Amino acid sequence: MSEDQRRFFRGFGVPFSQMFKRVTTEQYPEDKRPTQPRYHGRHQLNRYADGLEKCIGCELCAWACPADAIYVEGADNTEVERFSPGERYGRVYQINYLRCVFCGLCIEACPTRALTMTNEYELADDTRAALIYEKHDLLGPMLTGMAAPPHAMVPGTTDTDYYLGNITHAVATQVGEAEARRLGTWTGPRDDEEVTA
Amino acid sequence: MTITTPGVSPVTVTSGITLSVDGVDITVPKGTLVIRAAEQLGVEIPRFCDHPLLAPVAACRMCLVEIEGQPKPQPACAVTVAEGMKVRTQVTSELAEQAQQGVMEFLLINHPLDCPVCDKGGECPLQNQALSHGRAESRFTGVKRTFPKPINVSAQILLDRERCVSCARCTRFADEIAGDPFIDLLERGAKQQVGTSSDQPFDSYFSGNTVQICPVGALTSAKYRFRSRPFDLISTPTVCEHCASGCGLRTDVRRSTVLRRLAWDEPAVNEEWNCDKGRFAFGYAAEGRLTHPMVRDESGELVVASWPEAMSIAAAGLRRAGSRTAVLTGGRLTLEDAYSYSKFARSVLGTDDVDFRSRPSSAEEIEFLAALVAGKPVGPTYAELESAPVVVLAGLDAEDESPMVFLRLRKGARLTGVKVFTVAPFASAGVAKVNGRVLTAVPGAEAAVLDSLADEVSGARDENRLEAARLLREPGAVLLVGERLAQSPGALSAAARVAKATGAALGWVPRRAGERGALDAGAIAGLLPGGRPITSDAARREAAAVWGVDPASLPGSPGRDLGAVVAAVNADTKAIAAAAKPSDVVRSVQALLIGGVEANDLADPAAFVAALDAVPFLVSLEQRHSEVTARADVVLPVAAVAEKAGTFLDWEGRPREFAQVFREALTLSDSRVLAMLAAELDASFGRGDIASVRGELASFGSWHGDRAQAPGHAPPEAPSVGSDEVVLATWRQLLDRGLLQEGDPFLGATARAGVARISAARATLLAVATGEAVTISTATGSITLPALVTTMPDDVVWLPANSDGSNPRVTLGAGHGDIVRISGGVV
Ligand code: SF4
Ligand code: FES
Repeated sequence: MSEDQRRFFRGFGVPFSQMFKRVTTEQYPEDKRPTQPRYHGRHQLNRYADGLEKCIGCELCAWACPADAIYVEGADNTEVERFSPGERYGRVYQINYLRCVFCGLCIEACPTRALTMTNEYELADDTRAALIYEKHDLLGPMLTGMAAPPHAMVPGTTDTDYYLGNITHAVATQVGEAEARRLGTWTGPRDDEEVTA
Repeated sequence: MTITTPGVSPVTVTSGITLSVDGVDITVPKGTLVIRAAEQLGVEIPRFCDHPLLAPVAACRMCLVEIEGQPKPQPACAVTVAEGMKVRTQVTSELAEQAQQGVMEFLLINHPLDCPVCDKGGECPLQNQALSHGRAESRFTGVKRTFPKPINVSAQILLDRERCVSCARCTRFADEIAGDPFIDLLERGAKQQVGTSSDQPFDSYFSGNTVQICPVGALTSAKYRFRSRPFDLISTPTVCEHCASGCGLRTDVRRSTVLRRLAWDEPAVNEEWNCDKGRFAFGYAAEGRLTHPMVRDESGELVVASWPEAMSIAAAGLRRAGSRTAVLTGGRLTLEDAYSYSKFARSVLGTDDVDFRSRPSSAEEIEFLAALVAGKPVGPTYAELESAPVVVLAGLDAEDESPMVFLRLRKGARLTGVKVFTVAPFASAGVAKVNGRVLTAVPGAEAAVLDSLADEVSGARDENRLEAARLLREPGAVLLVGERLAQSPGALSAAARVAKATGAALGWVPRRAGERGALDAGAIAGLLPGGRPITSDAARREAAAVWGVDPASLPGSPGRDLGAVVAAVNADTKAIAAAAKPSDVVRSVQALLIGGVEANDLADPAAFVAALDAVPFLVSLEQRHSEVTARADVVLPVAAVAEKAGTFLDWEGRPREFAQVFREALTLSDSRVLAMLAAELDASFGRGDIASVRGELASFGSWHGDRAQAPGHAPPEAPSVGSDEVVLATWRQLLDRGLLQEGDPFLGATARAGVARISAARATLLAVATGEAVTISTATGSITLPALVTTMPDDVVWLPANSDGSNPRVTLGAGHGDIVRISGGVV
């Protein structure tokens, strides 16, 4: 064998030896693998166990964000419509995934653990608007025992009880209110009446 | 000079006191507080209760420093400097640093972790100083105090008591500055809290300032609560459009919406304060705005049109009317816009029928303004009010009509002993708060009272008048006249006589922000810009040179004011109706060009509306729908203050320039619209942009030629008042049903309730007590309000001019000085 031929076969030796090693290629999207548990994926706005939102609209996440990807507007919970325990809730909540760098500083900043990150990484789309996630895109799912806000707090509790985790599920009055509002049969205060907190 | 005693005017001091702060020597005037001396060296001692405009209390103890020779750390905000004093602050003294950290730890013991939901977060002195001067770890493990939260100390001011650090800034402000001590520190120890008395909410015209100076988030406003964070806001320094005080403000905008306005630091004008109207009433500019030009179609309906179409229709109508057009502008225009109307009227239309006074006014007032106010240099000033031996107010309720004048007078009365007299029927709340004394004048008799001050000081007269007359002759004395004097015949002449006889400085305090500017811009019959009389050839030549027109083309004799224009239109209408051949009657007013006039502001709203209906052609430049736009042939939308740059001249005559808040605004200023109209009329006018208008105004310079003589009208005979009749006294309260306060429910809820003030004797006569209904009526209508028995002349009743249930102009067809009937109960 000439020197040239030897070089030729030695070159093929690399791919040949690889054929017997474990393959690391993933067959995405046919085959989806779980990420590491702490992977920084899409955000989620969490709920308390009775369905009320944890977000208080404080904007600390927006403040912490180095990419200016988050936009929040706070508002007052009222007798008419309550979305979170306490006085204040996040009326507008947007995350712009064209800007987000998934650093997680917003999660660190959140004082109520309202904002956490999921492992979801499938964040691609073909318009800008579609990549600005609104509050309803980000809110966590309604789990068993929850009632969809707006509805009142568990009677006799304070926002501190919520914060300390003393609320375990929506009580009957809350479920009733949520259901009545859904069906349009709600007879309590409505926003066409002038009632404020 | 003393920086420390709040409010005392700077006086030059030759000798100083030398002390050392952190080893650096500094010489400061006697009486300076240690905290200020340190500031001058760039050493910032942490503080909460200290405020340069409030008296020291040393309530918070945050500013502790070490002073050599003192056994314990001392509060730098309450200790005045002494010769040779050696001060060591936290910068060089461990003791001071430890003391400050200890105080901070105590303050935080009961301070809730509310920062995420607190409006102050991000601009909070407590947050900032806890980081810079506190310990990283708290040793407190107990339970913090809590209170039900928040409570309303007034409809618009909310209080979260657990956040309070008991610095007493708010209570000191209310007590010292505003004179409305409706909030105070209650309870003691850990329970200490700010509170109101149960029957008196914190309804002060100045309550918003407490939100701004609270060093924590304990006081917040209902309007701004939860709306934003400081980093969301784009701030622009602006000037308030609500009155002629000229307050410097900061306007904060988030996403093209004004979210709040703050008082800005303007030592020569508003110091660091403003009134609640200026702070909270800005919603009007966001609601119900005109967005497109409109013209009348064949069926007479107003329909949206394009700018070019609207412009050509407006131009055609104005070309037809030519110099038979009258130009009426409201009192809220900027100097630049008022100037453009003034120029448009004279150089484009060739008319002198111009008037900016969309309120009851008189010809005597024009004479007065032309002789003594228009184009005059700045003064008297706020500083002069503060150091004057006496300030006499005539036809002016400072608290209601120019709140910063009121605050200055109060400061002067409190700290430098300024004596205040007011020519009025009674002592209003604002007069009491400046220790003012009343020179009692039944409406209409102001001239007589003023004239008695001009006389030689002698004779057996009322003691207050004697003292006022004497003090007015001292150097620095000030006489302030309000726009209401125009409704009292002879009063402005008398004011001019008093000023001349006594040598007192004369100030004219209109209510609206644009009036002084409009006057100086010549938006009034008979005056060209800068107070130039239109009858003067030299003045016309100067104006023509700036405007690039032939002096002969400018009108040479004074035109008609608003009242005369309206009367002329209505007289022509009558003549046409009576004429056998209506086409023979040529109207003397063929078109009206109106910018920002509200019918209900005028002396005779009905006559004005009739004139609007009758005039052949009506062009309206407006921000919102009004009675004028409803009747206009062409409506052209214009920019609100936040959408344009401009200048207001405050009552002193001081130019208060401001920048455009919304740089992306699509609206055009009045000046730009008039420039476009002029172009459509083939007139040379310029572009009407802010820079060129300001340039033109500057090139006018001041007028040194002749001026009109001050008016010398004699006061009229006192009218005879029947036994069931009284003379009406009335003015607009600061917070009322004004159009620019629309859309601000929290502010509206703090307005003073409407009352009818009557004397005790009148109340006995009518058999009513305070709180019971009295009815005031004329042939036109009647107003029923609860009575408030007041020390005042028996033949006078006072009603608010534009409050809930009380608009005498509209309901009674009567104004200040008119005779009305009065009876007890509801009629
Ligand atoms: S409410 Fe604010 S300003 Fe008033 S005493 Fe408390 S901390 Fe000071
Ligand atoms: S700032 Fe000196 S005691 Fe409060």
